[in-house]
Amino acid sequence: MTQTTLPPQEKTQPVSAPRGTISDRSRAERRLGWLLAGPAFFVMLAVTAYPILQAVYDSLFSYRLTDPANREFIGLSNYGVILTDPLWWQALGVTVLITVITVAVELVLGFALALVMAKALSSIRPVVRAAILIPYAVITVVSALAWQFAFDINTGFVNSWFTWLPGVAADTDWFGNWGTSILIICLAEIWKTTPFISLLLLAGLAQVPEVLQEAAKVDGATWWQRMTKVTIPNMKAAIMVALLFRTLDAFRIFDSIFIMTAGANGTESVSFLAYRQTIARLEIGLGSAVSVLLFLAVVLIAFTFIKGFKVDLSQARGDR
Amino acid sequence: MSTREKTWWIIGGILILLYCLFPIAWIVSLSFKAPSDIANGSFLPTAATWQNYSDIFTGSASDLFLPALRNSFGICLIATFISCILAMFAAYAIARLDFPGKTLILSTALGVAIFPVISIVTPLFNLWRQIGLYDTWLGLIIPYLSLTLPISIWTMSAFFREIPWEMEQAAQVDGATTWQAFRKVIVPLAAPGVFTTAIIAFFIAWNDFVYGISLTSTDASRPVPAALGLFSGASQFEDPTTVTAAAAVIVTIPVVVLVLLFQRRIVAGLTNGAVKG
Repeated sequence: MTQTTLPPQEKTQPVSAPRGTISDRSRAERRLGWLLAGPAFFVMLAVTAYPILQAVYDSLFSYRLTDPANREFIGLSNYGVILTDPLWWQALGVTVLITVITVAVELVLGFALALVMAKALSSIRPVVRAAILIPYAVITVVSALAWQFAFDINTGFVNSWFTWLPGVAADTDWFGNWGTSILIICLAEIWKTTPFISLLLLAGLAQVPEVLQEAAKVDGATWWQRMTKVTIPNMKAAIMVALLFRTLDAFRIFDSIFIMTAGANGTESVSFLAYRQTIARLEIGLGSAVSVLLFLAVVLIAFTFIKGFKVDLSQARGDR
Repeated sequence: MSTREKTWWIIGGILILLYCLFPIAWIVSLSFKAPSDIANGSFLPTAATWQNYSDIFTGSASDLFLPALRNSFGICLIATFISCILAMFAAYAIARLDFPGKTLILSTALGVAIFPVISIVTPLFNLWRQIGLYDTWLGLIIPYLSLTLPISIWTMSAFFREIPWEMEQAAQVDGATTWQAFRKVIVPLAAPGVFTTAIIAFFIAWNDFVYGISLTSTDASRPVPAALGLFSGASQFEDPTTVTAAAAVIVTIPVVVLVLLFQRRIVAGLTNGAVKG
């Protein structure tokens, strides 16, 4: 396979004092650094590390909020209950399915949007850019409501507009069964989050060196060849970062499902399952165990991306 | 570029506009529908009415909507403010100082940003009930920091790296005092980055639904997204659809205004923090 990328450029190391001797100045700088960044670091840990540790601890107890007297240590039994329950596997399946569908569609659609934005005439570019930010900025609940009302059997317009499509009739109940419910949840998610992915890809496109494009053009490469052999290989890092972010974001889907189906017809996601155990059923022990499992799943996905696909996170952090 | 190519890009642009605005247009149209229009299956109302808007501001739904609007603005602004202050110090340290642990702080921010929100909710729900933070502003502001702080640190450090800090010394060489150099040179250079970060952080806090629905129970602190979720559930009105749509339009207006005013900056902020060239 021939791909055209520029050779990695030599990084110039900043000139610094020889190692081993820490001057007073650099010691003071260290102290100041932690003094300034410390509070933010501490707050981040306090609002995430503490709760997840608490969740791990709670998950080892049989604990119902309405029945605090009978709180007892049961080891890993909660995990056993969950992992043998078809409800968990159903929720995990739905979550994975929605994640795969939405991320795949968003990547293709987002790439197309990015291409149009990159090439759009300067006269229409600000308009397009403003428009594309609107789905990003609209709150997820509003997006979910808009799509729900559009397909709703009573209030929607979709049924009367699309009767000519096979399978759509005036009384098609989109939220009446599993398949169509998932379809609409995916549509709403795709609409809402494609702009974000396309902005990341647009930034990636801007990094592809123009020289390479010109050179390929001179050599007689077709548009498709330039796309697959020059553009895409050169923006691999941006694509992987966008994929990682969207996958993890899609995996915690909650809002749209809550609004559109409230988990009816087997459309419950893992986040929704955790919510229902904790908030609706007040099963702190079981809910915590689901939360911990969800957290582990997210860690696993992140780890797979970073190790398996070699996503360079220094790209993502803005840290060179 | 040939005329034909131009036409294609314009068509592409129009398709994007349609894609982005169509669902919004639908919810706006729905918010102007009268009860008799709801089930007729048409996109536009036969006769536009302001009834739904007067319902949410003065009528039957105002008890649910107005307190939620106040809570959302208050909680999101405070959370944004706190995280911007904290992030400002952290980003300054990351961009300007050389100290071990920079990578640790940025990786932590990344980890927190991808953290599954619901995993925080379960323990907090329990803890907040015990210490009396359940259903209070503070009880939402604290977890909101987990949403706003990582993105703030990240976006702001990306912005601060771009600042030509040497200008501070240059000003001092020219006779400015340290304070003057900071106020006249550094503040104007850093302000756009801080401001953009604040907008993005505000969007994220404004969008929250999980914390809002889980950690509140009354209008003492319930934010708008959670209230919207309950509109469609509770049957306080005959058919809540159009009233919900009107409320949805109202909460969408602030973000659309911000987007239209600051689109160029927001794009720079989102992509700067995420993908760095």
